[in-house]
Amino acid sequence: MANTFAMAESRGGALRRVALEAVSAARALADASGGGEVHALLAGAPGIASLAPELGKYGADVVIVVEHAGLANANSEVLAATAAVRIRSGGYRAAVFSSSAQGRDLAPRVAAKLGVAMAADVTSFELAGDALVVRHPAYAGKVIATLRLTGTPAILTLRPGARAAVESAKAARVESAQPAIDPASSRVVVKEMIAGGSAKLDIGDAPVIVSGGRGLKSAENFKLVEDLAAAFGNAAVGATRAVTDDGWRPHSDQIGQTGRQVSPDLYVACGISGAIQHIAGMRNSRTIVAINKDKDAPIFKVADYGIVGDVLEVLPVLTAAVKQARSQG
Amino acid sequence: MKIAVCIKRGPDMETRFKIAASGKAVDEAGLKYDLSDFDGYAVETALQLNEKQGPGETVVISLGPDVVQEQLRKALSMGADRAVQLKSDSVPVDGLAIARALAAELQSGGYDLILFGRQAVDSANATVGPMTAELLNLPCATAVSTLDIANGRATARRELEGAAEVVEFALPAVVTVDEGMPRARYPSLKGIMAARKKPLEVKAAQLGEERLTLEKMELPPERAAGRIVGEGPGAVPELVRLLHTEAKVL
Repeated sequence: MANTFAMAESRGGALRRVALEAVSAARALADASGGGEVHALLAGAPGIASLAPELGKYGADVVIVVEHAGLANANSEVLAATAAVRIRSGGYRAAVFSSSAQGRDLAPRVAAKLGVAMAADVTSFELAGDALVVRHPAYAGKVIATLRLTGTPAILTLRPGARAAVESAKAARVESAQPAIDPASSRVVVKEMIAGGSAKLDIGDAPVIVSGGRGLKSAENFKLVEDLAAAFGNAAVGATRAVTDDGWRPHSDQIGQTGRQVSPDLYVACGISGAIQHIAGMRNSRTIVAINKDKDAPIFKVADYGIVGDVLEVLPVLTAAVKQARSQG
Repeated sequence: MKIAVCIKRGPDMETRFKIAASGKAVDEAGLKYDLSDFDGYAVETALQLNEKQGPGETVVISLGPDVVQEQLRKALSMGADRAVQLKSDSVPVDGLAIARALAAELQSGGYDLILFGRQAVDSANATVGPMTAELLNLPCATAVSTLDIANGRATARRELEGAAEVVEFALPAVVTVDEGMPRARYPSLKGIMAARKKPLEVKAAQLGEERLTLEKMELPPERAAGRIVGEGPGAVPELVRLLHTEAKVL
């Protein structure tokens, strides 16, 4: 029996979905090791403690709450020092972080501070005696590496969406803690947070992603993609690297090996030929729809359903049909 | 400025990989190698900073067997001043072991700035940069899409999911570069000729204990073949029906 640590990521005073996935994964690890506790670290501005019960719902026995006005924005220097102190003293079997922008920045620092094994962007894991064995997609998702982490605590970052958060109600006893270093003394200072658009769903959180490629022919035609996303109601807009390189969409929208890796319930690829670099970022989507005028485009090899046709003609019809289907409930 | 750029040799991804007979590596036959893409951006970033800001030195460092000298020479032909190979039989999967070897080399180098690509094309871990920063006890900004340096201070933009942040920090520091930073230039013929005479030092990599090890590599399961529903806008009703009744996503 051993306890497991989870980093509960928040932004702007709200939990991110990856926080629940991390806690839920830690729950699975604790249960697999004979029923240890899950201790989740939740840091933010004063008031963040109100999110602790939500972490309990997904399996946290203890929520370590670090409230400080200087933590309104995530600060990796402070969070890494704080997490390292807790992990060092807590005797944990493993520590679960998210393979998000924040988690990828944070976890390697913690591993280096502690001098322990770390595996990044993990899609599955199992305890194997004293070791932790994990799987990690490499080579643009075209190869799966199985890795062994020796020693404790083993640190991993979990690929967003690879493992759904499962409810498993626990007490979530709250423990207060101080940041291990004063946020005011941090050497890297966040001068500005720039929101990526008002109340828009992030592509990492959206159950549906409508994504566009060069087949749309212009930045203006992305309106058709946005319209379809709006018709679904729960969709975000993504793009290929070719499109973000051309400046039609911001780099933050890029889905692919060098962009975001997503696994929504439904992925609609519009005018996307299916370069390896793009497929690496979306091949794990549950259902894939592709619309492309070239019937031999590689995207049709990964798509569950394809329409061969001009995306500019198909999209308005599809948008209207989705609207109608949704209005019928 | 004295800038170090840590680079990795990586294969061209636009290929169908096969697993080697050992089950622990990809089959290297027929693969084309280059600078890992973001590492190329990092070299370019260093060169542009030193070109704009007057005299400086750009040192490129790569860990691995002798084949990494190809990528070091490429960086030299782009304009880097000298190169260091931290020699090891292979590149470990343990990022912390690599970071230890890099930190040992960088420690006494007097660098103002240490650059990495955000992640390598092959392992895609994005761990070695921030780990090296931690071991060197330097400020670190990962995955930056802009970087401005003036009077010993840096301002960088980091893309987050659905948001971005602007961070400020003093040099010396470690920065990993993401999309948005300049693409690697093509070496000129003159650059290629000059690179032959530039110093390339070979030292033993001090990796230390490796706690992350590779068990096996395999190809992912193929997705079951899908189907073409039809052609043009006329296929939309059937698609919507399938999304509703079969895939149950609508």
